[in-house]
Amino acid sequence: MLVNVESVSKSYKRGTQKIPVLQNINLAVPEGEFLALMGPSGSGKTTLLNLIAGIDKPDTGTVKVSGTDVTNLSESKLAGWRARHIGFIFQFYNLMPVLTAFENVELPLLLTSLSKKERRKHVEAALDVVGLTDRMQHYPNQLSGGQEQRVAIARAIVTDPTLVVADEPTGDLDKVSADEVLTLLDRLNKEFKKTIIMVTHDPRAAEKAHVARHFDKGVLE
Amino acid sequence: MKILKLIFKNTMRHKLRSFLTAVGIAIAIIAFGLLRTIIDAYFVGVDASSDTRLITRNAVSLTFPLPLAYREKIANVPGVSLVSYGQWFGATYIDQKNFFPQFAVEPETFLQLYPEFLLPEEQKNTFLKERNSCIVGRKLADKYGWKSGDTFRLIGTIFPGDWDFVIRGIFDGRDPATDETSMYFHWKYLDERLNLTARSRSGQIGTYYISVESRDNVVRVIKEVDALFENSLAETLTETEREFQLSFISMVGTVITAVRIISVVVIAIILLVLANTMVMTSRERIAEYAVLKTLGFRPHHIASLIFGESITIAIVGGLLGLLVTMPMIKGFSIFLTQNLGSFFPVFEITNTTLALAMTAALAVGLIAGTFPTVSAVKMKISDGLRSVG
Repeated sequence: MLVNVESVSKSYKRGTQKIPVLQNINLAVPEGEFLALMGPSGSGKTTLLNLIAGIDKPDTGTVKVSGTDVTNLSESKLAGWRARHIGFIFQFYNLMPVLTAFENVELPLLLTSLSKKERRKHVEAALDVVGLTDRMQHYPNQLSGGQEQRVAIARAIVTDPTLVVADEPTGDLDKVSADEVLTLLDRLNKEFKKTIIMVTHDPRAAEKAHVARHFDKGVLE
Repeated sequence: MKILKLIFKNTMRHKLRSFLTAVGIAIAIIAFGLLRTIIDAYFVGVDASSDTRLITRNAVSLTFPLPLAYREKIANVPGVSLVSYGQWFGATYIDQKNFFPQFAVEPETFLQLYPEFLLPEEQKNTFLKERNSCIVGRKLADKYGWKSGDTFRLIGTIFPGDWDFVIRGIFDGRDPATDETSMYFHWKYLDERLNLTARSRSGQIGTYYISVESRDNVVRVIKEVDALFENSLAETLTETEREFQLSFISMVGTVITAVRIISVVVIAIILLVLANTMVMTSRERIAEYAVLKTLGFRPHHIASLIFGESITIAIVGGLLGLLVTMPMIKGFSIFLTQNLGSFFPVFEITNTTLALAMTAALAVGLIAGTFPTVSAVKMKISDGLRSVG
């Protein structure tokens, strides 16, 4: 299994009140899987995604990705681990508005020891996969929502991560753009053998996944 | 694409905001530079003081005279290499508003004691020979359009009457701090007239200027000189030239303290201006910092971005301020020399002030970036990402 979530619970504090978000979650995701996590708002799916991606830590339980227990890593080690193993796709693309498409995709590579020439090669390859080589010098505000999300996908895959996590990747897109993004994710999974975990509300998006798991009130059904 | 490029692009993201903040800093730096230069102008006499020159005056007050007869006794004190003397003249030129410092001095020893007054040898020789001649500083000569050979009349106040002089030399200052707004003439010219018109005031001087062979002898010479005239009708107070100058400054000590406080307040204000900008900027970019952290960027990267932007704005503002300050102070200097030359004979921005202004700008940049940096670094990624959209 690429991802192993065992007996994970997570709660948030609001004042003195403790609000449980995830309760005793167990999940195993094999390599090459395209998993959709579905559920209503506040059900805990994004929290689980964050735990798997190493940007949050559970109260109890373990999360192992590719054999590494990410719950035991320090913040500094987690940052390095994320840079090497995780590709992120966000609902609102989260591109740097002052950077071109090329520079946005290049961002994660700045943390590597690659030369400028090697970085360029990787960025061009990633933009080629998402079909935006002709837009590489465009700034985010010069791109459509669908194109922005494709740039974000290029940024997510440019380091060739072990796992791609996508949080509502079509949530802010029109139907046509959403279809393009889903087709692209499907291609990443099938053609490039990327393991993808996607959080979504959209049943059409979930259809593209191999497996869909449903959340309700912090419990995985 | 490196962090520096991202810092530059972030700084230019809100051009108007960054520009206005930099202008705010520039204005504050101008005010800081101006205020510091005013303080320096007060201390210019102190800065120009020699370590081995002493001033002896009447212990009661500077306005009380000392007998010329003291000169020989002072000269015989071991360690004293040269003694000169002078008298504050305090006359006005044409009108009372045309005041400038005038001193009646023993010219030969005075010029030996004050080598910082640079006078061409030919002019010096002529000055020494002619009893009614005088030398004037370059700034004073420029102010009234005087040249060597010109004559002018002073109207005496402490020493009543009309006093005519012929200019035989125009001296330049060896150092930037040397006063070029004063006039020096023969003490004998004054004394001869007093001998005829006010005999009781003849044979008296205001201050002795003493040169000491070595700095190590200064304390001993001060004690021995004053000991010579203990219990006499005119007891003396001897002090270093620096202390003598400081005693004048202490009269306006409150003003200087106020100016100093204002210069610090000015820096505090620019700190608030920049801190406000950086807090606003940082708050707007919380999601971006969260994304960068998600991608694996570490706290020092985030700190570099925020501090980089803060320091860039501060330095641009600081440099802009200094660029304006330097010609502005030059303009003030010309104005002051023409209108208030006797108050501020030297009004120039010093390298220390330039360095202090840039250090202040840099410090403001650092401090203003601290709070947003700490917030951004401490922020949980999941909280930062939630602020999107």
